[in-house]
Amino acid sequence: MAASKTMEAGVVPYEEIDKVVEQYNGDSTLIIAILQDIQEAMGYVPKESISYLAEKLEVSPAKIFGIVTFYAQFRLHPLGKYIIMLCEGTACHVNSAPLISKAITDELRIEGGQTTEDGLFSLEKVACIGCCSLSPVMVINGETYAMLTPDATRKVLKEYKKKEEAAHN
Amino acid sequence: MQEHGKTVIKVGLSTCGIAAGGYKTYDVLDKEIAKNGLNVELQRTGCIGMCYAEPIVDVITPDGKLYSYGGVTEENATRIIDEHIRKGEPPEDMLITEEREDVVGQQTRIALRNCGVIDPESLDDYRERGGYKGTEKAIKEMTPEQLIEEVLRSGLRGRGGAGFPTGLKWRFTRNNPGDQKYVVCNADEGDPGAFMDRSIIEGDPHSVVEGMSIAAYAIGASEGHVYCRAEYPLAIIRLEKAIKDAKEASLLGENILGSDFSFNIKIKKGAGAFVCGEETALIASLQGERGMPTLRPPFPAEKGLWNKPTSINNVETFANVPWIVLHGADKFAAYGTEKSKGTKVFALAGKMKRGGLIEVPMGIPLGDVIYGVGGGIRDDKKFKGVQLGGPSGGCIPETLLDTPVDYDSVGKTGAIMGSGGMIVMDETTCMVDVAKFFLNFVQLESCGKCVPCRLGTKRMLEILTRITEGNAKPEELDLLEELAYYVREGALCGLGQTGPNPVLTTLNYFRDEYVAHIMDRKCPARVCRELLTYVIDTELCNGCRRCAKRCPAEFITGEKKEPHVIDQEKCIKCGNCYDVCRFDAVLVD
Repeated sequence: MAASKTMEAGVVPYEEIDKVVEQYNGDSTLIIAILQDIQEAMGYVPKESISYLAEKLEVSPAKIFGIVTFYAQFRLHPLGKYIIMLCEGTACHVNSAPLISKAITDELRIEGGQTTEDGLFSLEKVACIGCCSLSPVMVINGETYAMLTPDATRKVLKEYKKKEEAAHN
Repeated sequence: MQEHGKTVIKVGLSTCGIAAGGYKTYDVLDKEIAKNGLNVELQRTGCIGMCYAEPIVDVITPDGKLYSYGGVTEENATRIIDEHIRKGEPPEDMLITEEREDVVGQQTRIALRNCGVIDPESLDDYRERGGYKGTEKAIKEMTPEQLIEEVLRSGLRGRGGAGFPTGLKWRFTRNNPGDQKYVVCNADEGDPGAFMDRSIIEGDPHSVVEGMSIAAYAIGASEGHVYCRAEYPLAIIRLEKAIKDAKEASLLGENILGSDFSFNIKIKKGAGAFVCGEETALIASLQGERGMPTLRPPFPAEKGLWNKPTSINNVETFANVPWIVLHGADKFAAYGTEKSKGTKVFALAGKMKRGGLIEVPMGIPLGDVIYGVGGGIRDDKKFKGVQLGGPSGGCIPETLLDTPVDYDSVGKTGAIMGSGGMIVMDETTCMVDVAKFFLNFVQLESCGKCVPCRLGTKRMLEILTRITEGNAKPEELDLLEELAYYVREGALCGLGQTGPNPVLTTLNYFRDEYVAHIMDRKCPARVCRELLTYVIDTELCNGCRRCAKRCPAEFITGEKKEPHVIDQEKCIKCGNCYDVCRFDAVLVD
């Protein structure tokens, strides 16, 4: 989900929605899959698109909103360029994941579910990535960083920042 | 499959292998083989279960000899080509063949029979190892009733956690009237320390497809759904391919193997809700609703998906089924105990030397799993407890390490078998913190439908938080226990009812740790930060000012190059000084 896929708030992606709904023959029982595809295409589920989608599927906007807020996968806001998925599974927890979480918050000033003001980093805390023997683990845009320490974490984040600064200059 | 006279190199490419850099290793090997024009076939495989040693590369010589290499990164992968393939001198320091034989040799692999051995994306590989022969035998030689009888006789019980006899579930579903029946595979592995279902689908997707077909034949279903976590993208891709390939080979779809039995499978992606592992919530989610559970009865076997009789079984359960049909119920029932037959897959993690995925016969002592296959505790620290069953399970202390691993014995300890997550904890783990961790998870994932779970766990979490921060009153310990029993009795679904288990078991076995937090305001394992004191050792401190700069409240003082001091009155116990000190001069008590 690159930043280019995200869009300005307030704009309803009519075409995207039409395309996805058509693909599922407007079947409202497949609403979760429809929302997953919309999020895949847009990077998130724009809040403004919910009533349009409700109209197309002939269900109430409340039902869709209920589903979007019930399932952890759905986001109502666009994500940053780099998505940090920090594992908070049991194995990572007993191997000091809370310290890693703190290091990220210290370094970037964001908590889980937030995005930095410059739109560069989003922190998502996930229940288990499934590589418990490498714990504690974080994944940044698909790249896994294993057996982390707070210092190593800060170093990784600083490198991303440096890379961004270099690209800007 | 191995072509005659050719050396085969296999790279472990499941999530664990990929996370450790398996793709990069694969690419390096691929380039080296091409560059040197070697007569070597490069293949991918699933997870052999030794996740701690990933990326793992196997070299199989034309005469069938196996060399296993562990920790093969993009840096040292060329050594396998240079030294082993070209010079015939396997690099000894990278070899883990013996260790692999030790780890795998201590196991009985039925559900994992193909994981880490075959190419998960190859139907031929699966069939070469007896794949789809179970389907053939079931359809051509057995009636659905005989099939159910066989599975009943094998003693197979649901591997998702509750342990309900699989054959009985199928019989109920078959006998309940309905023009349409469904088979559902529960692959919504939500326990935050368990990854066996993911590994099975990633390493051997056809075994799940075949298990589902056999179940469909038994209960008379023509449609099946796999409800899989969206967080398992690789599992979904491999399952999609398996379904497509099986269809093309007439092993799935219309008129399977020329019979009049037809069965199709659809994949539905979950959207991140732990409660959807509960079968009635899963059905709600499949129907496009919020995943909220409903009261049982009626059970899904009577009124399930779209109110039709539905059998919901777990991934591992399905993976066992083709083996049982092919090899017979007796052979399966020969493993295990009187009431828990066969084997069970466990995900070993935490402070374990050899973390990974293992499969052992039911009934072997817990300690044998941890110290035998698991290799014991990392850094040879002292064992404290083992958590079984995730958020619905409990922590078992050292004194109960001889507990046989089967549904009933584990249940007696207050934990549950659960899906098979096994997290080992050592002396540096705080059991109150662990209980808080699980309760926090249950509280976050509570669907909110019933009051005991929604509010009861919230109040419990508040008490636990006060305990870990040193603000709890002694009488709150009893209140915590009382609330735990209320939630257990009053919650609507299995997840709420079992949610207090981590608290109840730690209260039972590790009560002294709770007491130390409340009465002495100390965390014996030195985990709960609010209860720690940070002091700078004047001998070790060289006055680098690193800690003073990181102290958010600027309560660390001292001249440059002189030992620093922390103002104990004002310290907010954030631990930053401890984290950043490069000279181990910050002491924690």
